Parts: sequence; C-alpha cells; structure tokens
Amino acid sequence: MNSFKGFVIKEFKQIYRDTRTLVVLFGMPVLMLLIFGFAIRNEVNNAKVGVLDLAKDEVSSVIIQKISASKAFQIHAYLTSYDEVEAYFREGDIKEIIVFEKDFARNLTRSGSATIQLITDATDPNLANIVQTYTNAIVGDYAQELNASSMPVVGIKVHSKMLYNEELASVNLFVPGLIAVILMLVSALMTSISITKEKEMGNMEILLVSPLKPNHIIIGKVLPYLVLSVVNVFTILVLAKFVFGVPFVGSYLLFFAESILFIVTALSLGVFISSVANNQQTAMMVSLVVLLLPTILLSGFIFPIKSMPIPLQVISNIIPAKWFLVIVRGIMLKGSGILIIWQETAILIGITLVFITLSLKKFKVRLQ
Amino acid sequence: MSDLAIQTDGLTKVFGNFTAVDNISINVKKGEIFGFLGANGAGKTTAMKMLTGLLSPSSGDAKVSGYDVYSESELIKKNIGYMSQKFSLYDDLTPEENIRFYGGIYGLDSKQLSHKRKELIESLELGEVKKKLVGSLPLGWKQKLAFAISIIHEPNIVFLDEPTGGVDPITRRQFWERIYQVAESGVTVFVTTHYMDEAEYCDTVSIMVDGKIEAMDSPDNLKKTFETNSIEDIFIRLARAAKRGDR
Amino acid sequence: MRIIRFLLQKEFLQIFRNKAMLPIIFVIPVVQLLVLSFAATYELKEAKFALIDRDQSIASRELVSKLQATGYFILQSEFTSEVEAKIQLEKGEVSFIVEIPRDFQQLLSNNKATSIQLVIDAVDGSVANLINSYVNSIVRDYSATKAVNINVAGLQNIEQFSVKKISTQAINWYNPNLDYITYMVPGILVILVSMIGLFLSGMNIVREREIGTIEQLNVTPITKFQFMVGKLVPFWMIGMFDLLLGLALARFGFQIPFLGSLTTILIIAGIYLVLIQVLGLFISTITDTQQQAMFIAWFIMVVFILMGGLFTPIESMPMWAQKLTLANPIAYFIKIMRMVLLKGAGWKEVYEMVLIISVVAAGLLAVSVNRYKKTSG
Repeated sequence: MNSFKGFVIKEFKQIYRDTRTLVVLFGMPVLMLLIFGFAIRNEVNNAKVGVLDLAKDEVSSVIIQKISASKAFQIHAYLTSYDEVEAYFREGDIKEIIVFEKDFARNLTRSGSATIQLITDATDPNLANIVQTYTNAIVGDYAQELNASSMPVVGIKVHSKMLYNEELASVNLFVPGLIAVILMLVSALMTSISITKEKEMGNMEILLVSPLKPNHIIIGKVLPYLVLSVVNVFTILVLAKFVFGVPFVGSYLLFFAESILFIVTALSLGVFISSVANNQQTAMMVSLVVLLLPTILLSGFIFPIKSMPIPLQVISNIIPAKWFLVIVRGIMLKGSGILIIWQETAILIGITLVFITLSLKKFKVRLQ
Repeated sequence: MSDLAIQTDGLTKVFGNFTAVDNISINVKKGEIFGFLGANGAGKTTAMKMLTGLLSPSSGDAKVSGYDVYSESELIKKNIGYMSQKFSLYDDLTPEENIRFYGGIYGLDSKQLSHKRKELIESLELGEVKKKLVGSLPLGWKQKLAFAISIIHEPNIVFLDEPTGGVDPITRRQFWERIYQVAESGVTVFVTTHYMDEAEYCDTVSIMVDGKIEAMDSPDNLKKTFETNSIEDIFIRLARAAKRGDR
Repeated sequence: MRIIRFLLQKEFLQIFRNKAMLPIIFVIPVVQLLVLSFAATYELKEAKFALIDRDQSIASRELVSKLQATGYFILQSEFTSEVEAKIQLEKGEVSFIVEIPRDFQQLLSNNKATSIQLVIDAVDGSVANLINSYVNSIVRDYSATKAVNINVAGLQNIEQFSVKKISTQAINWYNPNLDYITYMVPGILVILVSMIGLFLSGMNIVREREIGTIEQLNVTPITKFQFMVGKLVPFWMIGMFDLLLGLALARFGFQIPFLGSLTTILIIAGIYLVLIQVLGLFISTITDTQQQAMFIAWFIMVVFILMGGLFTPIESMPMWAQKLTLANPIAYFIKIMRMVLLKGAGWKEVYEMVLIISVVAAGLLAVSVNRYKKTSG
C-alpha cells in the first residue's frame, strides 16, 4: 500500500509539473465553452439576403424595410433582374433572394393576393429552411397587420408552451454536450496516451516487475486525470450558469455523481485503448475515431439522434456520451431525479464495467 | 591547416545561472583516441554537443576539423560522425535500410552505398539478421551497427558518447578493437566513457569535474603525475572534490 | 534532391511498416464518410406525441388523424391527466403533448374560436421550433377546411371580409430536395483530409524528437528544408490519396453532383493540405512530447471543426465569431469545396480564398522553418 501511495504521488507530480500541458488542460475547457457557447448556435444572425424588387411600390418597400430591420437578416444587395441571381449565389455570401412580382401592391388590392418568391441557395438545406421560415414569419406578420381590422376570430388557435427551454436557446442544448466532449478529451484521450507512452518508452515493464499490482498501476495513472476532470466539470458549470445563464433545475449532488461516473467511463475507455495500442500515434488515432468523433456526432450533441437512419440510431446506443447527455440535459434543464434517469445511469455503469474488465484481462495477458 | 583535429579555447556553456561547461581548453591531435572522462553531470555531453554543432556555446572558441563552431557548424557536420548516448538508429527499419538511409543523407552515391552495405553486413556479421528490424536485435549488435553507421561517410573525426554503456565485457572488447582499426586509418576518435579500463586504451585522457577539465595527459603521464598506477584512482580522487552531484 | 529521396524512402518504409497505419489510411476515411454523412442531419424524421383528448369527439379524432397522416408525428400514448403525460415528456419518450379541450367540437361547429394546447420538450430548441411550426400548419389547414365547410353551408361569404393574402413561393436552388447528405459530404471530406495532414505529419517530428533519432539527424549535413520536405511529402501524398478516395465515394456512392472542375478542387486541396501540414509542423516546433503535441492539435482541430461552418452555419454565429472564422482555414476549404462541387463555382469566385490560404501557408512555413532549429539550446 505504501508503494502504491508513492506511485500515485509521483504520477500527480509528473502531470502537475508539466505547466504547459496543465495550462492547456485547464484553459482549454474554459476557452472551448466560451467560444462554443457563444458561437455554436442554430439561430440565424445577420444572414445576407438579396432583394429583387420588380414592383417598387409602397407595399414592397414596407416589407423590405421590415426585413432589413430584422436581426436575422442583412440586405446585402439589390438586384435588378433575374439574370443576376446566379452570379450572386455563386459568390457564396448571399443565402436568399427575395423577389417581389411586378404590380405587387396592385395585385394585393385588386385580387386580394400577391406572391413573393423566396429563392434560396439550398446547398445548405438547413440554413435555407431556416431563412425561409424567418422570411415567412415576417411576411405573415405583415399580412396579419393588414387584415387585423377586418378579420373576425374564427377557427382553431394553437397555444404552444415550450417546456424546459422557453427561449429555445441553443446554448442550453449544447452545454451538456460540451461537458461530454471536454471530459472525453481530458479523461479518455489523455490517459490512453499517457499509458501508451509508458509502454512505448519501456517504463511499463519496470512498473510491472515492481511490487505494484497491475490494477494499482492503472489506478495511479488514472487518478490525477480524475481529479483534473472533476475540476473541469466544476469550472464549466460555473461558466454555464453565470456567463451563459443556462438554467440548472435539478440536483447538484446528482449532477456531480453522474459526472464522476461518466469520467470513470471515459477513463476506462482510455485505459482500454492503451491496452490495445502499441504506440502513441496509434492510441491517438484510435481515440480520434472511436471516441471523439462519435461523441460529437452520434451522441445527439449537435444532431438529433432521432433524425439519423436506423442503423446509426442503433450504434448510438453504445456511445457513452449519448446516455450522459440524456442524463445531464435531464438534470440541468428538466430537473429530473434519479427515478427518471436510473436506466441511463445503469447503462453507463454497465459500459464502464465491461471496459474495466476487458482492460484488466489485457494487462494480465501481458504479464504472462 | 594544423595537425589538430579539435581545438578549443575557453569554451563555456551557461544554462540560466548554471555553468554546465566552464572555460575548457583542449587540443586533440589528428588520428588520436581522445578519452573524455567525467562523473555524471560533469558536463561531458554538453561539451560534446557544442563540438558537434548541436548546441551553440555561450563563449569561448572552438574549431573542429578546422571549422569554427559558431559560423561553420554545417561544414563541421559534413566532416564528423556522431554516435549519441541514446540509441539513435531507427528501430522500425532493418540494418540494411538504416545503412542505406544514413549513407544516402550523407551523400554517398549508389555504387558506394551498395559497396558499403555489403562490406558492413559482412564485417559486422549481420548476414542472417539483415532483414530483421533493428528493434529486435541485441544491444551489442545495435551499438556496433550504430558505430559503423556513424562513420559510413568516412569522416575525419568521430564522436562517441558512452558507446559501450550496458553491454558485456566481450562485446566491449570487440567494440574497442573496431575503434583501434578506425583510429589506425587516420580518423580522430573522441570518446566519453564511464569505464576506467577503457580509459587506458586512449592516447590522451581528460578528466572533467564540475564543468572544468582537471587533468589532461596520456594515461602513463597521468599516472606519473598523480603517483599511482590506475586511472581509476585518479578519477576517484578528482571526482570526490566535485560539488555538484548527479543532475 | 538525392538526400530528399532517401528521406522520403525512409518515411514511407516506416509508415507502411506500422501495422496500425494501413487501416488509418484506407479504412477509417471510408467508414467516417459513411457514418458522418448519414449522422449529420437536422431533418425531422418523426416525433412521438402524447394525447390528452378531453373532447373525445369526431372533430378531435379528425384532427389527431390529420397529425398522424403527415408521417412526421406518431401517437405514442393517450392519457386523461396532464401529470402522467408530463412524466413521459420528462423521460423523453415523447417529444410533445397535444391537449384538446372539452368543448372543442361544439365551439368549432358553432363557428367560434377554440384552441388546442401544445406542450413541447424544448431542450433541443430547433427541433421544438420545427414541431411547433409543423403542428401549427397542420392545424391551420384543418381549421381552414372546417371554415370552408361552414361557409359552404351558406352561413357567410368569406370574400366579404376582403382578406388580403400574401403568399410566398419557395424555390431552392442547387439542392431542390433539400437533401442534407449532398451538403455534408464535401465538408466531411475536408475534415478527413485535415486530420491526416494535421495529426500525422506534425506528430511524426515530435516522435523523432522523443525517441532521440532527431539528434542523429541534426549532426548530419541535411538542411532544415530537406528535413521538412521529407516529413511533409509522404503525408501530403496520403492526404491527397484519401481525398481522391473520398471524392470517388462521394460521386459514385452518394451520387453527389460534381458541378465544378475536379482539377480545381485538387489544386486547391494540394495547397490547403500544405497549410494544414505546416500548422502541424508549427505545433511540433513548440512542443516536446507527443502528448503535448496531440493535445494542442486536438484542441485546434475541435475549434476549427466546430467553427468551420460544417455542422452549424457560420451565419448563426454572432458577428465577432463570424469574424473569427476568417482565420479558420477549415472554414475556407469547406466553403470552397461546397461552392465548387455543388454550385459549379470556378476560379473567379474562389481565387480570393485560395490566395489567403496560400499566403498563410507560406507565412507559417517560413515561421516554422525558422523556429525549427538543428541545435537544441
């Protein structure tokens, strides 16, 4: 036990002495949260649009004014004919061109209907969709204003209530995902590399012939990263709450317990990778492909899992981050208690146990 | 050109407030085997790195093979061989491939290359392992190969940084026989070592303590001056006075 | 030149001797392209909902079946109380709750206003928005048919209100079906190439430093330039190979239209890859161990990817962040790839960006070569 203590102390010292890495390890999560918290959003801001006003009457100019007043849009160009559309799109800045037909106002008063064409650059279908929706809303609002005086209230109204995230802020959605990515980076990637390094340098053999048990060695390697990760979780939480105003409805205790569970999962993954990889380069590439990209893409961090094809939905079930995201979003935004999220928790524990067992086996085999 | 292969005058290297090499002046004659002794941390490796152009000195002058270490380090590199303390061949290449690579970057043409390759494989008796990866060879063979490769371009001077660390006495013996052969062909050998018996093989021995050269002469003269009959004795006497221990 | 040849020969021998390298080069890109392209979509496929129908009338049934008929919405369960429905919502088993009030049919048939209540799980704001607008439009349509039915019954003439209607007509260029994969594939190709360029070549130099072989190279007469070329070229070739592999897959597997010129893409990719590799090189000059280098490279990569406009549009970022993307090479190349492949843009449209990439690459190369020292102190 004494030698174990000494070993753990040595590991801590080694990591905490390397100031450059330490700065990165602590600074990076903060920076990441700040950048992404502000920058990764789904709302549209200042999208550049063009206007082709073939009518040039009072109605079209009012609508154009409303569009340019909206925060979502920035009118970047006034076109004079259809022929220019392609050139603007090819340049790539303009996402939508709003076309008012000839005699727009006259059509509206005479026949009661007029048409606006919304030509979008649909290379980004998502953006095209959003931009169209926004324009539609502006035009719709204007139409309602026009009719307000003469329309009686008829038909069905829909009262929508947005639960858990009233402002529909994407920060609220992304912060839990960022926690998962950062923890994967610090816990899994760093441990896998640091253990593989010992192997590559031949120090592992020295440790293995020492009186330390293999699982002690692993625990010793992993402990400093656990501490580091817990500190990181704490930092992120403080930032999320005070900088981004992300609500925290649920229990902090449960949140930290679940975070530590996820950190252990990530660490066990890192240990497993290091038991498979023979050099740091391999460890890095494996971590990249099986950890980081799936954590970003298949966990529901950015893209909803429900939108994916069935095979990928099935695969997403083995991604620990998916379960962690459900848990964290539940606790932070919905205030879920353990009764609601016990299944996800059980799955995370299961995944962790599988990887710990697998890596212990691997290390034993190496001993014989 | 003088008959000196290496000539230094007040060579010094300071890291921060630590003087690793303190004002050393040595002269190494062409074709001699120069033993560079010192305890761990005495500054041997730092001195050697300055002479090979890996580190630039803080002050003092040095000429290696007639070239200045400040301004002509790239010319020095053409004329010296170097075998570092850390084993420096590529573990994931075969002996043949290592020979080809280093020969190639020293500018040997393909005729010289294939000649050298055959010659080395034969003289080092690497025939049966020439297709194996270097990483799987025993340390003694690796070191012989590394030495052979460090002189593949037939340099004027070869620097060996503890070339025989960790190998058995028989292999060490063989290694020194190779060094003699090389020295006889006119190459200057500059070698650091921990083994005092090896010091006896040198033409000139210098002993470094705390970054300074405390003694420098032929082994016989040294013994006379210090009135003893072993270099080891002299070394221990001088090294005991050292103020800095293992770094 | 001869020296460079020997350096290259050695690098290739080492790369192909590393057993882990072959799958990294050949298999991973393909798998990544397949998985990522399908995963990265915001399209709403289907959403499950819970129903609280207090009216239990023909009209309420009609409305619910209208919701289901679109194919977007699946009725998961029916409840009589809001509490039970909310538990399902919290567990995430349903995405929204529809509540129809008791006098729904009666009010509707008397041509009076009525309302339904929609409770949406808005954790994912954009999904919630989509659900909201789909349901709204379905209800509006249903409401309109009801109104017409009433009108036809002869009660009133809708024209007398003189409703003014402004309709919008959406035309989607380049991608009329709003197919997401077409959009994602070119971007993912960029990520692929970038990862190979950034990680492998930079790491390689740090590795030599860690093993100690770099010292041996430093006492040889090879120049910095030769050394760098020897390190860059092999992974440049591998990156280009992977790009070609990916482009072939995109063209023949995903049926992505190639409107622009392939040669243009390849030339720009060649320049871009140099830039990314030089970035890796630069990282290697400021780090001592592979662990440090990897961590920094990782960090940069994650920032570049998430702020490259691949997953979330650059237009969604606040202005200062949009300005920051001007320094993001990945953002440029993603934009170029999409413009050339999907819109058929040519040199005229992209030369400015290519120029920026080239200048940055040259500048960074100069800095790195300068920083890389053959001496160690």
